[in-house]
Amino acid sequence: MDILVCIKQVPGSSNVEVDPVTGVIKRDGVKSKMNPYDLYAIELALSLAEKYGGSVKVVTMGPPQAKSIITEAVSMGAESGTVLSDRKFAGADVLATAYTISQGIKKCGKFDIIICGKQTTDGDTAQVGAEVAEFLGIPNISNVLGVNDISDGKVMLTASLDDKIAEMSVKMPCLISADGDINSPRLPSYKVRQTVTDDMITFLSFDDFDDKNADNYGLSGSATQVEKIFPPEKNTEKSSIDGNSEEQAEGLYSLICERKII
Amino acid sequence: MYNKITDDDILKLKSIAGEANVLTGDEINADYAHDELGGIEKMPDVLVRVHTTEEVSEIMKLAWEKNIPVTVRGSGTGLVGAAVPVCGGILLETVQMNKILELDSDNLTVTVQPGVLLMELAAYAEENDFLYPPDPGEKSATIGGNISTNAGGMRAVKYGVTRDYVRALTVVMPNGEIVKLGAKVAKNSSGYSLKDLVIGSEGTLCIITEAILKLLPLPKVSVSLLVPFPDMKSAIEAVPQIFRSKITPTAIEYMSRDTILFAEDYLGKKFPDKKNDAYILLTFDGNSDEQVEADMKAVADLCLEIGAVDAYIVDTEERKKSVWSARGAFLEAIKASTTEMDECDVVVPVNKVDEFIKFTHTLSEEMKVRIPSFGHAGDGNLHVYICRDALEKDKWESTLKICFDRMYDMAEKLGGLVSGEHGIGYAKKEYLKKQYGNTPVEIMQGIKKVFDGKNILNPEKICF
Repeated sequence: MDILVCIKQVPGSSNVEVDPVTGVIKRDGVKSKMNPYDLYAIELALSLAEKYGGSVKVVTMGPPQAKSIITEAVSMGAESGTVLSDRKFAGADVLATAYTISQGIKKCGKFDIIICGKQTTDGDTAQVGAEVAEFLGIPNISNVLGVNDISDGKVMLTASLDDKIAEMSVKMPCLISADGDINSPRLPSYKVRQTVTDDMITFLSFDDFDDKNADNYGLSGSATQVEKIFPPEKNTEKSSIDGNSEEQAEGLYSLICERKII
Repeated sequence: MYNKITDDDILKLKSIAGEANVLTGDEINADYAHDELGGIEKMPDVLVRVHTTEEVSEIMKLAWEKNIPVTVRGSGTGLVGAAVPVCGGILLETVQMNKILELDSDNLTVTVQPGVLLMELAAYAEENDFLYPPDPGEKSATIGGNISTNAGGMRAVKYGVTRDYVRALTVVMPNGEIVKLGAKVAKNSSGYSLKDLVIGSEGTLCIITEAILKLLPLPKVSVSLLVPFPDMKSAIEAVPQIFRSKITPTAIEYMSRDTILFAEDYLGKKFPDKKNDAYILLTFDGNSDEQVEADMKAVADLCLEIGAVDAYIVDTEERKKSVWSARGAFLEAIKASTTEMDECDVVVPVNKVDEFIKFTHTLSEEMKVRIPSFGHAGDGNLHVYICRDALEKDKWESTLKICFDRMYDMAEKLGGLVSGEHGIGYAKKEYLKKQYGNTPVEIMQGIKKVFDGKNILNPEKICF
């Protein structure tokens, strides 16, 4: 079984500043890392490959330095990876990004399952996975909590819907988006990192794609324009429950129920 | 010997601290009778929640005049009964004194009240691009408590312990006098260092009501390595070799698979790797990626050379959280795995850690009792826990006594000491006396007498 995981390089800190004048995220001097949600997707892929056999590859779209997250994914256990990188891809919105990735995936090979993270920590749209599936013409299931079984060309899985948890089955090839916190992603191995060579990382650009109409990529291929970016308000609200032990316990229990923690 | 608290005393305490801050009888939660480990229990006659140095001073004047014992308590996260009011009397809680009073960027200091929590101070320092280096596992401890036990924590390998970061203290003497010890200065040869006597005195000499602490510029880069070894022996033996390589990690912790599994159960969260029997967890920090990467690589290569199975890179907030949150939960996790436990916080020379751990394994087999451990492999401070599990009460008590006697004897034989960071309090007095002998203990008793001639402050602790 061949699995492909879509990953992205994002700013390394959750305390990202936005330039108040230009409304653009300040990336200078900010270190980058792999999108944390993608780590769950990679872990899910690697555990499926261990259980059912097969290989795991990764793909990312970004500047050439996004190569470092391919190295990281290989250090976690992926076989190899591809960076989709071209100036023509710059300024892409969700639609153009999904289209570019779908074009890239077609050049990466044939896959039984494509796994995405739930969302990225910089864009936060949680749209790309579903749109990639649409462009590839394959079924998609989002918010996947776990894969229960793979047999007869189908993946049986559990997914979180708005008001319920559902068990579903989906025919392969398919795209699934892994929910956050569904597993404990393995750590990158220093030992494996020492063995990563350039031939494990492929670069693909606009010229390598089947669709050579530049209007379908980057800014010109985008259906939406970002008017303003601002960091989410930080919630530093604190509350305390007063009273004796019983009252405090009752107060805490009601709060936990109210917040749907249990 | 001491006077009982009268209704008149209670009224006076209420006039000093405010009616709502003076609790008696059933108003006092049962948790105030013990600290985090339990075992030593005694309810105070009155609990007073203090808010200012002046309030503490007035309360001490009253206690001094009336000969009433006073015990100070922060978050109650201690493990040796130091904050248990074993003679009853007044329990003075400092958690409401939780203001960060000043950040002095010119002198690299922060001034805090004693009830500020370690996690609050660490976060405040970091937000302002500073590091408060002491990093004990119990983040909800108060700074007053940390100073009172001279807490060490994980970063002691490179940065030292709480004592190294205390510049000055405002204290209230047992007779109520307010005294300032030390100053906002980097050097001090002005007579006996009274500030240093107070640090680690576990609330027996005076009451800390304000502290000026030293900060460091926040290192820009920090990476951890989780290094699995096939067994504990090879994991621990790697540590002196790392030191010989002249690289100083910020922290070197050791952990066994058993302890990791307890933490998984306790947190309900899987650890990223548990295929191997033993792990060391190291952190490297510095101001450039290149320097930290070079240190990390050198140690990873060395570990692989001497038998490590791999070296896992812990380089992002999420990865650090997944590994260090488990490390931070070990004490609670072991506690949750058994019916009752007691702990031994010995410190031995770094190159004797392996020998001590091996000894606890032999002891565990011999005494047929579970003795999990974890700790600071990089500074020789071990946290060893004896678990009661299904043992009958009598058998448990006798087993515990034998285990403790033998572990403290072994620590002494290896050139170690009774406590690395948890203190002596009430629970470990016997072992301190046994190791130190008469003269040092008499000197301690003499010091206590000079500070507290009436012996009203946290009596029956450390050297009595």
